[in-house]
Amino acid sequence: MACEEWGSKLDLYLDGELPAAEASALGLHLRSCSACASDALERVQFKRSVQIAGRRYAPSAQLRDKIAKDSAPAPLVGLRWWRWAAVAALALIVAAGALYTSLGRENAQRQRLYSELADLHVATLASVAPVDVVSSDRHTVKPWFQGRIPFTFNLPELQGSEFSLVGGRVAYVQQSAGAHLIFQVRQHKISVFIFPERGAEMPSLATGPVNQLSFNVESWTRNGLRYFVIGDASPDDIRALSKLLRSAG
Amino acid sequence: MEVPDQRLPAATFEDLAMPLFDQLYNFAHWLTQDTAEAEDLVQETYAKALRGFPSFQLGTNFRAWMYRILRNSFLSSRTGLKATVILDAEEQEDALPKETTTPESLLLEQANREMVQQALGEVPAHHREILLLFEVEEMSYQEISETLVIPIGTVMSRLSRARKALRSVLQQKLAGGRHGM
Repeated sequence: MACEEWGSKLDLYLDGELPAAEASALGLHLRSCSACASDALERVQFKRSVQIAGRRYAPSAQLRDKIAKDSAPAPLVGLRWWRWAAVAALALIVAAGALYTSLGRENAQRQRLYSELADLHVATLASVAPVDVVSSDRHTVKPWFQGRIPFTFNLPELQGSEFSLVGGRVAYVQQSAGAHLIFQVRQHKISVFIFPERGAEMPSLATGPVNQLSFNVESWTRNGLRYFVIGDASPDDIRALSKLLRSAG
Repeated sequence: MEVPDQRLPAATFEDLAMPLFDQLYNFAHWLTQDTAEAEDLVQETYAKALRGFPSFQLGTNFRAWMYRILRNSFLSSRTGLKATVILDAEEQEDALPKETTTPESLLLEQANREMVQQALGEVPAHHREILLLFEVEEMSYQEISETLVIPIGTVMSRLSRARKALRSVLQQKLAGGRHGM
């Protein structure tokens, strides 16, 4: 290639934007052609001059302080998601308490369970270490529960879905140990609780989706286990995750 | 497998945005050519970015995003409106005088930061802008493409013309300096 042709590529080369193969060839040419090497050196000097000259204006300390102050998280604006969730939980508890007085006893019992699950969901997300087994691999999470809870369960294959597994922990509801799994869909965390169904202690719950004070809940029973899926994700997301869990058997 | 934290909490805005503060201010001053306007522009940029941060897509280029906000804020300002036509000018073949001697070689002999700064201030705004983004902010062609919302081919041609324009202004200044001697 003639020097003139190389020259047309010199800026791209010096900008680091020439494809590797051409850059290598041009590098070789520069080592053997003093005219092109001299041209390259001048262009490098030019770039350097612009770089130095361009760094001209410095902000005042006052402006820096103001911007830093304005950019710092406000007491509420900067709260992390689990603290937002804690605030939501507080609202939920207060609202749940108000509901208790107006609903019938059975309904109140149901509400209490939902509230308890919602509390668990939010309190877990609010903790520094929400899960005890941190893994997106179901083959890691499921075995972790061995010896920790008195039953076993299956987890679905999530590949190709929008959901991911965050991890799990042991949870207790009404003196009953169960599995608490946390899944993520986009920015939403969803709790899945699995408990052995013991009619006397576990109030009867409608199977299917329920909306509980902005939390969406879906619950069903299968093979002696009761599943609860709860979170602030959309009803469609809750339903889709429930479907995946049901498919796992 | 450990689960990476995919969340981008609001608290990290400060962590991401403050390291860009000096360079954004420098860029704002070059655009506005005025200290007070530059300060207003930077403040407006940070305020808008903070408000829009929850919608910022993780994995996209935060720096390009900030520069785009700053540039758009500038273009909608009074000063910027005057410059809009210039910044978004159609690429035209600049009628620049033919180079006889390369300004680079003269710069080697007579490196003069002030002269280059003056020359940078004199080239058209869209040339100054792209030179600053590439040479000073060290953005890649791709980042500039994202910041200015123009195709990479336009980045290349505009940058090439900008260099040519700056060389031309420098050449005139150097020639004028010699005649004045």
